[in-house]
Amino acid sequence: MEKRVFFRNRWLPYILVAPQIAVTLVFFFWPAGEAIYQSVFMPDPFGLKTNYVGLANFQFLFTDPYYRNSFATTAVFSFSVTAVSMSAALWLAVLADRVGKKAGGYTTLLIWPYAVAPAIAGVLWMFLFMPSIGVLARALGHFGYSWNHSLNGGEAMILVVIASAWKQISYNFLFFLAGLQSIPRSLIEAAAIDGASFSRRFWTIVFPLLSPTTFFLLVVNVVYAFFETFGVIHTITGGGPQQSTSILVYKVFSDGFVGQDLGSSAAQSVILLLLVGGLTIIQFRYIERRVQY
Amino acid sequence: MKTNTHGLLRRSLTTGLLAGSLAFAAGPAMAATQIDLWHAFTGRLGELLDEQVKTFNSSQDEYVVMATNKGNYSETLNAGIAAFRAGQHPDILQVFEVGTATMMAATGAIKPVYEVMEEAGSKFDPAGYIASVAGYYTTSDGRMLSLPYNSSTPVLYVNRDAMTAAGLDPDMDLSTWDKVDTALTGLKNSGSKCPLTTAWQSWVHLENLSAYHNVPFATKENGFGGLDTELVFNGPVQIQHIAKMGEWSRDGKFIYAGRRNESGAQFRAGECALFTESSAGYAGVKAEAKFAFDIRPLPYWADVAGAPQNTIIGGASLWVMSGKSAEKYQGVAAFIEFMSSPAIQAKWHQDTGYLPITMAAYEQTKAEGFYKENPGTDIAIIQMTGKAPTGNSKGLRLGSFDQIRTIIDEELEGVWVGDKSAEAALSSAVERGNKLLRRFEQSNR
Repeated sequence: MEKRVFFRNRWLPYILVAPQIAVTLVFFFWPAGEAIYQSVFMPDPFGLKTNYVGLANFQFLFTDPYYRNSFATTAVFSFSVTAVSMSAALWLAVLADRVGKKAGGYTTLLIWPYAVAPAIAGVLWMFLFMPSIGVLARALGHFGYSWNHSLNGGEAMILVVIASAWKQISYNFLFFLAGLQSIPRSLIEAAAIDGASFSRRFWTIVFPLLSPTTFFLLVVNVVYAFFETFGVIHTITGGGPQQSTSILVYKVFSDGFVGQDLGSSAAQSVILLLLVGGLTIIQFRYIERRVQY
Repeated sequence: MKTNTHGLLRRSLTTGLLAGSLAFAAGPAMAATQIDLWHAFTGRLGELLDEQVKTFNSSQDEYVVMATNKGNYSETLNAGIAAFRAGQHPDILQVFEVGTATMMAATGAIKPVYEVMEEAGSKFDPAGYIASVAGYYTTSDGRMLSLPYNSSTPVLYVNRDAMTAAGLDPDMDLSTWDKVDTALTGLKNSGSKCPLTTAWQSWVHLENLSAYHNVPFATKENGFGGLDTELVFNGPVQIQHIAKMGEWSRDGKFIYAGRRNESGAQFRAGECALFTESSAGYAGVKAEAKFAFDIRPLPYWADVAGAPQNTIIGGASLWVMSGKSAEKYQGVAAFIEFMSSPAIQAKWHQDTGYLPITMAAYEQTKAEGFYKENPGTDIAIIQMTGKAPTGNSKGLRLGSFDQIRTIIDEELEGVWVGDKSAEAALSSAVERGNKLLRRFEQSNR
């Protein structure tokens, strides 16, 4: 017995998708179009006059070595945040899954950091590691390591990666835990009876079956690292020292909203738009192939 | 449980109503014109500003000034700009000195203070302001564009106890950097972990350094003479100073803690011996320091001819925005007149450590014996007014200056860690900054 429902009305499907299309148009296409349009102008901050400059904004950006470096910084940052937050979350989720139902309280506690706003998370970590008064910076000092992320670019990068990843671990943890719980117990038990060790069971059964979740989280985390971390960077390093933590989206913000250079900021948004668009296509084309649904 | 919820609901309702009626009672009477003022002050400074506004509001009943905090300096400027684009801008906007060129170039967005005062028929006299303060906000032909509000200048804070602990005479002469060098060596050798630190490195050690030694920071009188100005702070005096600072940094004699005033916490906690910081840091140091301290003039290089010239200000001024009714501008004029009165200015100066920006306020403070009771609080004003300002020491008027300062911060950090030589860092900062100046020029053509 097949059940089929036909809607005879030709317009109904369109009406049903209309809200989604409207939202996309208003909140995505319109601003994106505006950014593309703005990127060929050089307005003054108050919007009193604006000059058409063609591609001069892009030329200005690509002749700036610091802007070119910012691509590498962004790559390092995004990769590290994604790797750290996903692997830590997976580890925690596997542990929580082993404990089973008793892990309720523990699970709830792990979700808390997700409720912390990026700027607050940034301030929190900044205070922990502040060279002068930070608890952890002082502790490191006792072990003979002088921590100063306001001068040391590598340390600054480590700190913003930790702060950004920390926030995202909760989110990833939730998805991983749900993913783990949906894996049929019988498969794992069968493998256990066959004498497969825990790590063998994990890598040959659990991890492949988890791949849809992992792929989804990969996309979400890369987008998170690209776009939503600037609050953390703004509060901890302000992009410094020597722009070593100035990722692309942070430069869009600081040039546009601190420097009032809206032309350059718009041009950077366009570049970022193309970059993330391209990255998402790559992820879906090449990585999704290896996902087993 | 039920009665509890009920009681809670009723209580919150009553509170709500009460708050509502209070707001109504405190709100402007029908006849009064409301003047909106957006500012960047929080904490103690915010309270003091609110107090000034309250005094003004109760001194007359024609106008009511509503002061609103919009975040830090950069955020306040951004809020003002965004509001202007939306046609929702306040009547008065507090803008930090770094934003001065941006505001001046926006001729359609602002209404110059001299114009407001003229139209209101006010007897306001800009000559009453200290020249080196007002000059920052005045056109080359002497018209005041914005009202100087909070202004400060860098000075040297000395932790006397730290000097004594290092076996140095706390009263030793620290007027020149050479003498400071000797002191730093003494401090370091006796085990001090932080002989010298600074706040606002670009402002103190480049912008003020240049003015203080009468060398240009940028061409065209530091930008006063036109938008086609170029940065030139990679001259021998600046290189010499930054190279020395870099050397101190590598020897552990100068400790860098951050771009803003992060180092203030270390100094106030008694960890650092010497500290270059704004004169407006006085209130904080006085409140928190559990050690004897005093204030000295900013040191200079004795081998530079003409030094010390005068230092320049930092801080903010009040800009009147365009497109408001004549009635509102009358109110703004009344408020400006009130804000420049000696009593208000003198109180502000004494409470905050900011400069007394009118001569009358300085005289009044002196007559009240404030400087005798608080030694060192007049150093800033003496340092500012000791000599008539030259083209190199009037101030800075550079577009995109907030970003240029960030560039300078980045390059200086390169020197402090030893990645770059002073000359390479300053030349790179000049080159990168000039690109921004050209963009600013282009967008304001």
